[in-house]
Amino acid sequence: MMSLAQVEDHVRKAVELGVKEFYFTGGEPFLHPQIEQMLSAALAVGPVTVLTNATRFTPERVAALARLRDASPYSLELRTSLDGFSSETNDPIRGWGSFQRILHGIRLLLEGGFLPIITAMRSWPVDQDEAQLAGFRNLLAAMGYRYPRMKLLPSLKLGQEVRRDRGYAEHEYLTESMMAGFDPGHLMCSSGRIVSARGVHVCPILVDWPDSYLGASLHEGQAQYTLRHQACLTCYQFGALCANASSSAPSLEQTRRHGRDPS
Amino acid sequence: MTGQTRIGLFGGVYSNALALRALLQDAGMRGLDRLYCLGDLGAFGPYPDRVCEVLRATGIPVIQGNYDHSLGNGLADCRCGYTDPRDNYFAKLSYDYTFSRTSTGHKCWLAQLPAELRLTIGPWRVLLCHGSPRKTNEFLWETATSDAFLAWLFKRYECDVIVATHTGLPWAREVTVQAGCQAHAAQADGVPRSGWFVNCGAIGRPANDGRTTVIYAVLSLPHTMLRKPEVKFVRLAYDHERFAGEMRAEGLPEEFVQTILTGWWTTCNEILPAKERARGRY
Ligand SMILES: [Fe+2]
Repeated sequence: MMSLAQVEDHVRKAVELGVKEFYFTGGEPFLHPQIEQMLSAALAVGPVTVLTNATRFTPERVAALARLRDASPYSLELRTSLDGFSSETNDPIRGWGSFQRILHGIRLLLEGGFLPIITAMRSWPVDQDEAQLAGFRNLLAAMGYRYPRMKLLPSLKLGQEVRRDRGYAEHEYLTESMMAGFDPGHLMCSSGRIVSARGVHVCPILVDWPDSYLGASLHEGQAQYTLRHQACLTCYQFGALCANASSSAPSLEQTRRHGRDPS
Repeated sequence: MTGQTRIGLFGGVYSNALALRALLQDAGMRGLDRLYCLGDLGAFGPYPDRVCEVLRATGIPVIQGNYDHSLGNGLADCRCGYTDPRDNYFAKLSYDYTFSRTSTGHKCWLAQLPAELRLTIGPWRVLLCHGSPRKTNEFLWETATSDAFLAWLFKRYECDVIVATHTGLPWAREVTVQAGCQAHAAQADGVPRSGWFVNCGAIGRPANDGRTTVIYAVLSLPHTMLRKPEVKFVRLAYDHERFAGEMRAEGLPEEFVQTILTGWWTTCNEILPAKERARGRY
């Protein structure tokens, strides 16, 4: 676990480097006894997003978060994973009984005036997005979240997804020809770094791969990274997975219009 | 008493020729020294050729927005960065409408517009861009952009004032650009300099604040560093009811028409950060 002093030090260095925004992830960030001081340190200098499972919230904690939010000129985003709009669809992915606990957390956040971003992993084919999103929206609207904010994540073929769905096939790597004409600014690793108790890593998904370790301090972790992992393929296909919608910009050079000019 | 230069900055025209004419009139009455357009001429509104005609006739310098880039280069969509299927549905609808009704001549003009303009006005180095100096379609929202990042932009792009429009929501902030950096060094007396970031808003649709007026910025640049630049946001009233009628006549979505008539964004809200989102109705 990172200490408050470590986090404050990294925040200071990030500011020197011109950081635009902060994300907190875990594990579960709200299990840390000093998470509120950490968020306060970051919110003093930039916008903050916390990725939480929403199962640790109490009215007191949400009130404290609301005070942090209101004291900062920047946005405090709370992003909560919900992988289905029923226990039957969510719990096999997020754990038994998690559906009800997550809904309870979301309800507390709504009462605290937050507009949490509900993040769902796409465990269905892409062409079902609209129907699935409608299911989530109906559920959330019934809880009083009239215009729910949603973020869909592609499924990374790692960890439990290997068991649930499938792993990457042997040939699923980025090749040089795929990188030709590709704007790497599209990927989070072109402009973002993750810090853990161990040091600086290239991205949150690769944090356990030894070669994703870039050094002890953010100033050492600036080198460009070769997209050598299979998970990089998913980022390549779907864009900066971890960024908020408010921070993503697609490449300007892709998807030329096909067919006849209608004018 | 030294003088100053007052420039009018506007963007996000979104085919709103009525607001554009109101702006030209307003700027004339204020006696502004110059006007600059920061891009996104099409989208959202009807008859996209009209704003191109007006702007080309005036000779106002225009920067290329992501929409102009897409139209000019025949891309499949506007590269606005929407991630939500409903937002994408509306974005595609208005892009296809605008694409099919923008004449080839105007598309060629849009294709060759510059991505940025650099001006030197008195002692000030001014950089005009569409989204951010590093990317035409980067969002720089007021509550999602740190001072540290803005300071980095001023150093990296060697300027004192940056103006953008892309998000369509007006805001301005003065930040301290730390001393000791090579590119944008502290002044000779060692006092750290400031940088001013301005989003000039959009004149094509309201600012999601429940008012039907649209916004542009007037930047006053004193001819001495002893005084600071000043930003004033101007609220423009125009015949928005007539504009709504034109949109309906062209079969544009009622959701867009409601934004014009109520001042609230009805679509494309998913890209807003929490605080900006909480200020809107939807
Ligand atoms: Fe734009």
